[in-house]
Amino acid sequence: MPLNWKTGGLLLGLVFFAAVLLVKPIGVSTQFVIFDAIVADAVSPDLITQTDDGYASTNAYLDKSGGKYAKNAANPFNYSFVFVLALMAGAAGSALLRGGVGRDERRLPAIWQANYGNTPVMRYAVAFLAGFVVLYGARLAGGCTSGHMMSGMMQTALSGYIFAAGAFAAAIPVAMMMYRKEG
Amino acid sequence: MTTIILAIVIGAAFGAVLDRIGAADPNWIGRMLSLKHLHLMKTILLAIGTGSVLMFAGQMAGLVDVGHMSVKAAYVGVFIGGLLLGAGWAAAGYCPGTGLAAAASGRRDALFFVAGGLLGAAAYMVTYPAWVATGLLEGAKLTLGTVPGAGVDGLIGLRGDILGIVMGLAFVAVAFALPERPMGKPAPVAAE
Repeated sequence: MPLNWKTGGLLLGLVFFAAVLLVKPIGVSTQFVIFDAIVADAVSPDLITQTDDGYASTNAYLDKSGGKYAKNAANPFNYSFVFVLALMAGAAGSALLRGGVGRDERRLPAIWQANYGNTPVMRYAVAFLAGFVVLYGARLAGGCTSGHMMSGMMQTALSGYIFAAGAFAAAIPVAMMMYRKEG
Repeated sequence: MTTIILAIVIGAAFGAVLDRIGAADPNWIGRMLSLKHLHLMKTILLAIGTGSVLMFAGQMAGLVDVGHMSVKAAYVGVFIGGLLLGAGWAAAGYCPGTGLAAAASGRRDALFFVAGGLLGAAAYMVTYPAWVATGLLEGAKLTLGTVPGAGVDGLIGLRGDILGIVMGLAFVAVAFALPERPMGKPAPVAAE
């Protein structure tokens, strides 16, 4: 059972506040691009090149905004990328401290089991496809649940409200159709 | 170096909180998005409200640097991307941050989600010029009111920091007002 919503909401709010107080608003999805770019540049070193005043890329997306993404991929030891690695470590540590995610859950979430039975391969295929759609959408939108929905609406950014409207307009019907049973 | 230490501390705290509130658990995401149990929705709304009130009040008190704000542009693609993300979020029960958190805590389906995500991000990198050509990525950075010193235009002519506190309080109020189970209790399961 997760934390009481009042405690949990307060803690999550404090983390978002600490981020904007000390550094900048939280965001995650850009780092999927940075990881891809690190791998792609290792395979084909012509992808990112250093120029007199920064970095450039043969890929238009990495090259945009003055090669900002190209620069971060060339120097992965930066705030945003380390932040995401720390996010993973923090989640893993927290899960371990509360006894870990159960073996059955790790293999197949209860909500899937309740609606679709013992079909892990189908679950993994859906998760893979969903991951593709989620990150494609996040990059098209320029942010995800963290950057747009939480950080954005916290700052009263118009883009945050537009993003949240789109996300829930799709998410609620899809969830209601796919997950009739609670699990 | 300080920024790297901050990245580690804030990032780890974020990951740990995502785990503890159930945001990295697809069962809780599924219950929230199918409107069966809004516990997580109340948590998220309270968090947005708390963050907003603290940030804008801190700015007005001169304790929070307005320059730390980072407002993203609003354009048509934000809505289309939101629709795509929403559909996938509901299907998998993961978004980018919580998918990584879940994968790190040992959920096997989340590893597939992250792998799909890396491929999806790569697909966007490749198809980006086509989106630019549609003009759907063109827009402007806007906040609801004009936040003093933020360098971003306001949608309406009110002071953005005061409006931000009001909006933050509204998020908190909605968090309290939302029922945990808007559709009532689920049908009892027959005893085995």
